Amino acid sequence: MKTRKYIFSRRIDAYFQAVYEAYKFVLQFWKESFRRPFHIRELVNQCFEIGVRALPLITLTGFIVGIVFTKQSRPSLENFGAQSWLPSLMGIAIIKALGPLVTGLICAGKVGSGIGAELGSMKVTEQIEAMEVSAVNPFKFLVITRVWATTLTIPVLVFYCSFVGLLGSSLNVWAVDSSSTLTFYQNAFSTITFVDLIESIVKSIVYGFTIGIVGSFKGYNATQGTRGVGKAANQAVVSAMFLIFIEEIVIVQIFRWIRFF
Amino acid sequence: MDKLKQHFINREEEVISIKDLYKSFENLDVLKGINFSLYKGENVAILGKSGTGKSVLIKIIVGLLKPDKGHLQVLGKEVNTLSKRELDALRLRIGFSFQSSALYDGMNVYQNLAFPLRMNLKNLSKKDINLAVERVADAVSLKDKLSQMPSDLSGGQRKRIGIARTLILKPEIMLYDEPTAGLDPITSTEIIELINQVQHRFNTSSIIITHDLTCAKCTSDRIAMLLDGKFSKVGTFDEVFETNDNQIKEFFNYNFM
Repeated sequence: MKTRKYIFSRRIDAYFQAVYEAYKFVLQFWKESFRRPFHIRELVNQCFEIGVRALPLITLTGFIVGIVFTKQSRPSLENFGAQSWLPSLMGIAIIKALGPLVTGLICAGKVGSGIGAELGSMKVTEQIEAMEVSAVNPFKFLVITRVWATTLTIPVLVFYCSFVGLLGSSLNVWAVDSSSTLTFYQNAFSTITFVDLIESIVKSIVYGFTIGIVGSFKGYNATQGTRGVGKAANQAVVSAMFLIFIEEIVIVQIFRWIRFF
Repeated sequence: MDKLKQHFINREEEVISIKDLYKSFENLDVLKGINFSLYKGENVAILGKSGTGKSVLIKIIVGLLKPDKGHLQVLGKEVNTLSKRELDALRLRIGFSFQSSALYDGMNVYQNLAFPLRMNLKNLSKKDINLAVERVADAVSLKDKLSQMPSDLSGGQRKRIGIARTLILKPEIMLYDEPTAGLDPITSTEIIELINQVQHRFNTSSIIITHDLTCAKCTSDRIAMLLDGKFSKVGTFDEVFETNDNQIKEFFNYNFM
């Protein structure tokens, strides 16, 4: 009987091992992404699945966020007699921050958990091994298609969420101020610069990649039967949300430097 | 239901040859020097208690797990030295039937059966794929279930479709992991008959991992008893059954009770 020796302790070693496994997983993703065969049909299927899965929730949440944020901002601006700035504030807030963040968090919950649970279930029921013994690379077929699908689809969902959020906001402004919707949109977009749009696109691409890769990593490495599937889905959501918040801070800071220079 | 011994076993041609194979997981030694040969046209059942490494052994054979040391030749290829591409080419010649059937939940039966063909033989037309799918579905008598989802099938039907999916690539070797586990006696009998039919109809050599002595007796030409990480006895069912080894006797007694 061999006895296992640890470098630090069992838990610290396990933590570093997990970090190393995640690093290897991401590296494998980039290595295999550009090698044949390309499963285009599966990629399109996944894009469609992700879009359909998240669309109703994003529509509802985006719309409510637009209305609620407008309602909450109005009294503060009214204190300074600046309620006419409301459309501009909403434009900046929704396009630069709320749209990407709300979509990212919803997709982390809806899509990330779905990917984690689906791949986790495939892992514990030996479906991934079945692909491997059929001479099909399961990493390419399952992981690469899903990660690219989230990376490509979530930016579209972010723009959709921003659009629905602004719609909610404009309806609120129209209901309260009886101002024209066209004026609302003109004011909302007047303060948005090209760099703001790029920032929003970069955020959505990074969040999409994060959701796909975290969900796939947790699902693909699920263990311990059905309990492991639940754990993979749960960890996929928690880890993706945590990373999205960290990425939000980093990207905002980077774009502040870009604007400064 | 006894096995039809009409097939030809070529004792000159080894399709699987294992020499001094070792495998351990962390601090647990599972396989401790396995020596074994499977001949062309032969069915061998591997018996043993749970956790003795029976499934580990067939996963090593198909390259899902790597052994710690030892030699393993499958269809003349040294598995441990193959590149990914060579291993995939070898896997196309091996059929692996999983204990859980491992049908793809998101695909219907037709798509499950067509999947290995679509992925590996890109030049096949839709018509060729349809014909191949119908042929294997017919071989397992489930031609009428092609449009159903795996969740709509019974345990026995899932096993049959799992076997059909491996047959679609016309394998030379079949590896069955607990083919009758969790099935009622009637369905088990149907699976046993299917394993024998596969051997005769598709001219395969097979390893059958099982606890089920009826399955072992009815499907295999030889039995290999895996105890303490080694084959303690290899021979015909009667030879193994009549051995004086206490551990083997105990195993047979418990399974007959």
